[in-house]
Amino acid sequence: MSTKLIYFAWVRERIGRPEEEVELPAGIETVADLLRWLKSRGEEYENALQYPDVIRVAINQEHVEHREKIAGAREIALFPPMTGG
Amino acid sequence: MSAVVPVVRIQAEDFDVAAEIARLTRGRNDIGAVVTFSGLCRDEQGRLSALELEHYPGMAEAEISRIAGEAIERWPLQGLTVIHRHGKIAPGENIVLVVAASAHRQAAFEAANFLMDYLKSRAPFWKKEHHSDGSEGGWVDAKDADDKAAGRWKQPPSK
Repeated sequence: MSTKLIYFAWVRERIGRPEEEVELPAGIETVADLLRWLKSRGEEYENALQYPDVIRVAINQEHVEHREKIAGAREIALFPPMTGG
Repeated sequence: MSAVVPVVRIQAEDFDVAAEIARLTRGRNDIGAVVTFSGLCRDEQGRLSALELEHYPGMAEAEISRIAGEAIERWPLQGLTVIHRHGKIAPGENIVLVVAASAHRQAAFEAANFLMDYLKSRAPFWKKEHHSDGSEGGWVDAKDADDKAAGRWKQPPSK
């Protein structure tokens, strides 16, 4: 099953695309696993996810912690800390 | 008391503060306090020509609605409106509006304050600066102070 990844702000600019569909390899169970795997996919990902601790993540449009399991996620968004308001 | 349904709008267009207050108070005699907060775009001493607000469509509405729902559970409100703009916004223009209506002022003040603190750290919006001199602007950094401001609402309200 493929998962939709969406990127915002400088995460989007550094990865170079707003979204993509990916097939997650076996063993990717948590958000932290996902960030580690993405980071290994190339220079642009390495650049965007250099400091994974600052990356905020939403699963199906709700904020989650990095230890959250991603099973069943349709849509996972990665973005910097928010600066609205 | 019937449940208050918050008005939450994410839009590119400007909003009319007076019209939004009137929308909450029209035809009612039980509202004693209306607090509004408007956030505007600053030029930072002439340095900025605009702010560009990126947002996560869908989640922006959902997250602000969750925060608004929390405010309604926490304070005795009679009306609540939150409007957040996206896109390119020039200095002097509106960015965000919170209108909280209640029987008494304290609930309205506190709810509006809470909404803004939570919006800053949880609503999926990102500001990018556009410089007046045409040079490449960058993304605005999140402030620790905003996270701390949101954190203070985790204390139980003083009785």
